Amino acid sequence: MLSLNKWRIFFVILVCLSGIYFLYPNFFNKTEVTALPNYLSKKQVNLGLDLQGGSHLLLEVDTKSVLKEKSEYLVDDIRSALRKQKIKYSNLGSKLSGAVVTITNKEKVDLARKSIRENIEKGIQISTEQTKLNLSFSDEYIIDSNIKTVDQSIEVVRKRVDESGTKEPVIQKQGEKRIIVQLPGIKDPERIRSLIGRTAKLNFHLLDPTTVELAQQRGKLPPGTFRVSNADPTAYEKEFLVKKRILLTGDNLVNAAATVDAQSGKYVVAFEFDRKGGKKFAKITTENVYQRLAILLDNKVISAPQIREPITGGQGNISGNFSPETANDLAVLLRAGSLPAPIEVLEERTVGPSLGLDSIEAGKKALIVGFILIILFMIIRYRIFGLIADFAIIFNIILLISLLSLIEATLTMPGIAGIVLTVGMAVDANVLVFERIKEELKSGRSIINSIDLGYKFALKTILDANFTTLIAALLLYNYGSGPIKGFAVTLSIGIITSMFTALILTKLIVSLWVVKLKPNRLFLTKIS
Amino acid sequence: MKIINFYKYRISAFIFSFFLILFSVFLFIKDNLNLGIDFKGGILIEANFATPPNLADLRDKLIGMAVGNVEIQEFGSPENVLIRIEKNSEKKDEQNALINNIKNELPSEIDYRRIEFVGPKVGKELQIMGIKAVLFSLLAMFSYIWFRFSGWQFGLGALVALFHDVLSTIGFFSLTQIEFNLASIAAILTIAGYSINDTVVVFDRIRENLSKKESPFSELLNLSINQTLSRTLMTSLTTLLALLALYIFGGEVVRGFVSAMMWGVLIGTYSSIFIASPLIALLGFKIIKQNQ
Repeated sequence: MLSLNKWRIFFVILVCLSGIYFLYPNFFNKTEVTALPNYLSKKQVNLGLDLQGGSHLLLEVDTKSVLKEKSEYLVDDIRSALRKQKIKYSNLGSKLSGAVVTITNKEKVDLARKSIRENIEKGIQISTEQTKLNLSFSDEYIIDSNIKTVDQSIEVVRKRVDESGTKEPVIQKQGEKRIIVQLPGIKDPERIRSLIGRTAKLNFHLLDPTTVELAQQRGKLPPGTFRVSNADPTAYEKEFLVKKRILLTGDNLVNAAATVDAQSGKYVVAFEFDRKGGKKFAKITTENVYQRLAILLDNKVISAPQIREPITGGQGNISGNFSPETANDLAVLLRAGSLPAPIEVLEERTVGPSLGLDSIEAGKKALIVGFILIILFMIIRYRIFGLIADFAIIFNIILLISLLSLIEATLTMPGIAGIVLTVGMAVDANVLVFERIKEELKSGRSIINSIDLGYKFALKTILDANFTTLIAALLLYNYGSGPIKGFAVTLSIGIITSMFTALILTKLIVSLWVVKLKPNRLFLTKIS
Repeated sequence: MKIINFYKYRISAFIFSFFLILFSVFLFIKDNLNLGIDFKGGILIEANFATPPNLADLRDKLIGMAVGNVEIQEFGSPENVLIRIEKNSEKKDEQNALINNIKNELPSEIDYRRIEFVGPKVGKELQIMGIKAVLFSLLAMFSYIWFRFSGWQFGLGALVALFHDVLSTIGFFSLTQIEFNLASIAAILTIAGYSINDTVVVFDRIRENLSKKESPFSELLNLSINQTLSRTLMTSLTTLLALLALYIFGGEVVRGFVSAMMWGVLIGTYSSIFIASPLIALLGFKIIKQNQ
């Protein structure tokens, strides 16, 4: 029956007021909102990158390369274990994730297995095939290694992004080996991307005195050297012969900064080693005076200075052909440390600030125009009932946005489309009820009876119908990414709020109207 | 109340829909979809020039640089240009260099409104995700209807109508060559949700009438469709009004999405009246009176 339960009225008013309460902060910008008094909510709807401008990056960590590296270390471990026991072997080599070795003397296979076992990590399994030993990483070992690699990569990426001065970045792990980076409002996405994407492995080697040309004439490289190209392709020396042994790595660095060299007036990157690195560096520079040091970044020579005197202070300069930006970038990279594995940019979406602003304007306009059209249409068609439905639509939008603020959801352009669409579809529940009431009136029932039955019969239909739309929205949320998720969120919340406004709010208003004013006709249009 | 005999038109409707689907499939095979970089991988740049550029010159310039297929179109206004480059390279350096090269080649006062790059790997994944999302939601809706209306005929009727709407929407995308991207998947799912919404309202009325009237099933169907007709049309109209506002004022980015939605609202309304309901009768739904 049409009951005007006080508690129900109280509940509806409470919901509507809290809707306004949580909607309110959205009228202010970010700095104004922090200045609001404490008794007001400060939660706002976040604008997605497509609306405020910014860059979205999806990165994938090449975890396999770490396993490959570990496989190579494993080969070293096997070699030293077998040498210690003086066991002869052949065909020692690494696999994609593990290593193999063949023991020459059949009787020593067990001994070999035992001594290798003692020399390697627990997560590595050894299987024997006659004289062949097959070492492979266990699944747990691989999973563990991958998790570590990705977590470390996230740390490094975070440091680099922070160092670059981007405000409020979001850096998250996605799936097993992917990283999502969201950078609101950045101006030069390419620079950030190259900053994030670089492995930045810094290695110090000695240069071989032989030139590449000489080695080519001889037809072979000096033993223990390899060819490395110059990072600056315009330089006079295109390639270098570098000794394979790594003397020091960037892991030993504690600081790096871009400065101007007092003598040359050029940009250099000044670096500082930790104590251990400083000692090593002193020893290297003492033993190799007048030789050339090769500084390799990601397997390219960025600088190959001659050691003029022993450097014992643990500090040094890298002088490449730097501009202020490239020197600064390199300093950032060195400070943040190297990535444990190469990173690939799988996806990048950047929206400039002008498109973002235009989209917000367009969204607002579409919402207002759509809203006015529907409001007018409803009044023309249902008169007073239309007015009540319009009231419900207004509160539907208020509640929808306030809920979005409450959960601090991210609003995207498709999300705005979702709101506009919700306005169109929110009318549906009201229409279902009104049409039903009309029908009941036509069949000769009293006004109060018709309203009561109208809501009762329409309820089941509305629930069924909205539930199916909710299924679609939830699946979209589950499978969609970024902006599409935003659409799914506004659509789902819009469905829920529209059920409240259509079934509870308008019912209350209609009841109040009928009970208090006792109209003798519900629809101004004549019912035949 | 004047009752329109919708049931009478079922054969013509089935034939019409049959050809509609056939035509959609034909278009899909012949012209395929205009897949966006979301699914195909590649680079998309939306650039706003100070003065309207000569598209032909621009195209020649870019074709000379890029390895892949270059598409250039006006986007919203003559100054605003959309550049799409389809490229198969997996190497990030090359992609990065290409974007930089293009930027160097174009005048410096350009406002880059959007730069998107999707690698081929992600493109494939998004394709699979899109197909999964659509199929799973159709399946979920089918199961829900079957469960709620305790008759597989209802479930199947709704499912056929859904496939009808989804396939013809894909046909719509083929015909118009509107870019098919992630937003299009959202459009298809919303259309499915909308169409099933309409269907459920009619089914609900059929169920209600079944329990209180004794008349031939075809008459019952007609009555139910007619009783819900004004609601069906009203909701379609208000939704279309909202979409119209979005189409006109919502900007170029959502326009493709909105036009697909408009098509979907029309076809969804049609299918729930002419396809889903008559199918229940065709599938041999028998009225079993519980109280007998």
